[in-house]
Amino acid sequence: MALTRHEVENIAHLARLRISEDEVPGYVENLSRIIDFVAQLDDAETDKVEPMAHPLHMTQPLRDDVVTEEDQRELFQINAPRTERGLYLVPRVIE
Amino acid sequence: MHTRTLAELSAALHAREVSSVELTRHFLARIDTLAEKLNAFVTVTADAAVAQAEVADAVLAAGKAGPLTGIPLVHKDIFCTRGVRTSCGSRMLDNFVAPYDAFAVERLAGAGMVMLAKANMDEFAMGSSNETSWYGPVRNPWDLDKVPGGSSGGSAAAVAARLAPAATGTDTGGSIRQPAALTGITGLKPTYGRISRFGMIAFASSLDQAGTLTQTAEDAALMLAAMAGHDPRDSTCVDEPVPDYRATLDDDLEGLRVGVPREFFDAGLDPANGAAVQAAIDEFRKLGATVEEVSLPNVGLSVPAYYVVAPAECSSNLSRFDGVRFGHRAEDPVDLEDLYKRSRGEGFGAEVQRRVMTGTYVLSAGYYDAYYLKAQRVRQLIAEDFRQAFASVDLLLGPTTPTPAFALGAKTDDPVTMYLNDIYTIGVNLAGLPGMSVPCGMVDGLPVGLQLIGRHFDEARLLNAAHRYQQATDWHRLAPGGDFA
Repeated sequence: MALTRHEVENIAHLARLRISEDEVPGYVENLSRIIDFVAQLDDAETDKVEPMAHPLHMTQPLRDDVVTEEDQRELFQINAPRTERGLYLVPRVIE
Repeated sequence: MHTRTLAELSAALHAREVSSVELTRHFLARIDTLAEKLNAFVTVTADAAVAQAEVADAVLAAGKAGPLTGIPLVHKDIFCTRGVRTSCGSRMLDNFVAPYDAFAVERLAGAGMVMLAKANMDEFAMGSSNETSWYGPVRNPWDLDKVPGGSSGGSAAAVAARLAPAATGTDTGGSIRQPAALTGITGLKPTYGRISRFGMIAFASSLDQAGTLTQTAEDAALMLAAMAGHDPRDSTCVDEPVPDYRATLDDDLEGLRVGVPREFFDAGLDPANGAAVQAAIDEFRKLGATVEEVSLPNVGLSVPAYYVVAPAECSSNLSRFDGVRFGHRAEDPVDLEDLYKRSRGEGFGAEVQRRVMTGTYVLSAGYYDAYYLKAQRVRQLIAEDFRQAFASVDLLLGPTTPTPAFALGAKTDDPVTMYLNDIYTIGVNLAGLPGMSVPCGMVDGLPVGLQLIGRHFDEARLLNAAHRYQQATDWHRLAPGGDFA
């Protein structure tokens, strides 16, 4: 099942990936191949089968709701591209 | 020095035949002259390594050393290492200096190991040939025109070329076992949840697992002993007691029940690889194991199931790379959307973008049930097949890869062709089982790997079986000659 150009552009948008005009046909072809490949899964009889999210069927372990972390903002912001007064700078969002 | 195993080097250190500083300098010198041929490393940490070795020598002198004290290793560049660049093989993290150590790094440093370098890898662990790295492909020391496998290609090439006695790696669909097979070394992927994933950059959260690349199973056992354990900082790791892996290494294999999955000996398996694997299975018979054929009827759907689940999980995990808090940021963004799209478009390579988009597609509204849930149900079927097999046998044996190492550039045109390299390894990740690859032969000068698969948390048995095989055979002693001798 081939994906359309429009679908690929929409997926790229959802994934917040900028792909250039001339890259689009390559992605259309490769993604279509991959989607075709995984369509084999349709052959499997899975009506009464539970989906497996964790190989050992674990659920989220819980702990007491107490503060255990220290403020290490300075350390963690060492890699931040742009900060000011401990805040991360981004282009204006709200007009 | 560099031809010795980790265990042999440990004995030498403890007998004060050599110091950790001498050993470290020896490997650093080799790295200096030979690493370039392989492109095995992203960052070499020479000064820090010597400093760590000095500390290790003091511990050895004080009589407080353990089996790993003073032994050099390389860490796959997917593990956060405090104060040292952690790139994950990607332009996205080329400028990222980790502010903390991963659990695996903490544990091995705590055991006294000395970090020589961060190993090159497929970008964000996505690949089977180490050709997707931002830092360029890694080469196979057995033949520089061939791939070492991936995604832990740098780690595997380093150990195979004896540039380090040991390396860490990660395995999500085969990324330790497959490069181990293609480079003629021993790779161990423990049970999912055995080793905490804290500080191990996430690709697919329900599949990723840290592991080891070494010359021998004995060496793997020594490292696993230090790495295994519970950690509240990883809520997916399991609080399961850690056995003494060394204590059972030499156990007799008499009566061991081995199963050989018939589906792994299909038309896709190179006959020469198949013959080497069958010869290895015969060795297990000689060691006292009984061997029977078993069936994993749904295992043929492993690769398609994986290429729904893993991309889905990666699309979620890689959404954190947005140019805001760390990593690559596009210049002069016009608005927030432009910041995200160009930072990610520039920061990620083509394979990563393909997988993020595949994942986005299979999780999108209208497709989630048909693809993602369907794949998770097929995953359950595959896990159930393994469960059934393990009702009558204790260990599965088979090939690790369908062919020996292939040429650089040979499979990069069609992603699906590349994906099929992991046909024998992927099911093990889907089921969360432990798996190993050990060298079992050579085909036209290239190594062949034997895969061993065990029940959950049965690493002791896997290591024991592999160790006994390595005591009876010599394949693991072979190393590429020439420049790397």
